[in-house]
Amino acid sequence: MQPVRELRLLSSHTSAITLRHHFETADQQKEVSTLGMWTFLVTEVMFFGGLFMAYIAYRHAYPVAFAAASQKLNIPLGGINTLVLICSSMTMAMGVHSAALGKKKALITFLILTMLLGGVFLGIKGFEYHDKFVHHEVPGPNFQFEGADPQHASLYFALYFGLTGLHASHMIIGFVILVLLIVQASKNKYSAAWHTPVEMFGLYWHFVDIVWIFLFPLLYLIDPKK
Amino acid sequence: MSSEHIVPLRVYWGVFISLLVLTVVTTGIAYVDLGRFNLVVALAIAMFKATLVILFFMHVKYSTKLTKTIVASGFLFFVVLVFFTMTDLLTRNITAPGR
Repeated sequence: MQPVRELRLLSSHTSAITLRHHFETADQQKEVSTLGMWTFLVTEVMFFGGLFMAYIAYRHAYPVAFAAASQKLNIPLGGINTLVLICSSMTMAMGVHSAALGKKKALITFLILTMLLGGVFLGIKGFEYHDKFVHHEVPGPNFQFEGADPQHASLYFALYFGLTGLHASHMIIGFVILVLLIVQASKNKYSAAWHTPVEMFGLYWHFVDIVWIFLFPLLYLIDPKK
Repeated sequence: MSSEHIVPLRVYWGVFISLLVLTVVTTGIAYVDLGRFNLVVALAIAMFKATLVILFFMHVKYSTKLTKTIVASGFLFFVVLVFFTMTDLLTRNITAPGR
């Protein structure tokens, strides 16, 4: 396989990072990265999964409290955030696409767009959190709830903050990594032959989008006012 | 053979538009009273959207069987978690006949 390796190295215009010595081919190296990233994402499924399981169990136990508490959320804002996140997934997919074609300018543009949309999402989320604090809808000593079953409504809000908080922390980490990717891309670190970090980050970003795709109907749309 | 698969742009646009439309649909249907089927419909739409993202944006449709197996295992184990927890929670009030 030695000739193949040399050919691969010669054909690339980037540094020796293109193919590490312990891999036979660039394809094999890429497959290993993809598998590793997915293994991480599988652990993330279980990380969020524990909270989702708690949500399922308590919504099953206290359906009335959950429906009443859910009405305190702002559906238009949650819906807009869902659309914003879907747009950011689209720009991320376009970024990976541009990277695979070796289009540096387009890659940087799409990464910046993705970062901005992520920022818009976090801004709206911050506004919603602020609203919850102002209206004493944060679980704890100041929690106030006019409606059926306030004790278990508090449980709903605990899960709301737990789930959206864990999701938002993933967004913040993603935001930071996007900044790093933009810096690296502008330093010509990525090429059509090697842009694995962009692609792996794309998987992470899409995963965070998927989590929100489930959070939106489960938290906001339990039983909206007609 | 190269693992680099360039997905045609129209596929991305198709997925993107579908995701936007389904978000509007899931919000609209939430206001229609379907009883317990509201939850079923909401989850079905969310799962369909997630599948679109996984297959096309995350390129799983074009990946190797090994990667597909890893992806499937993650969701399988979540189903195991929910299934066995709910078999407990849903059957706690059931007692044997004659008791």
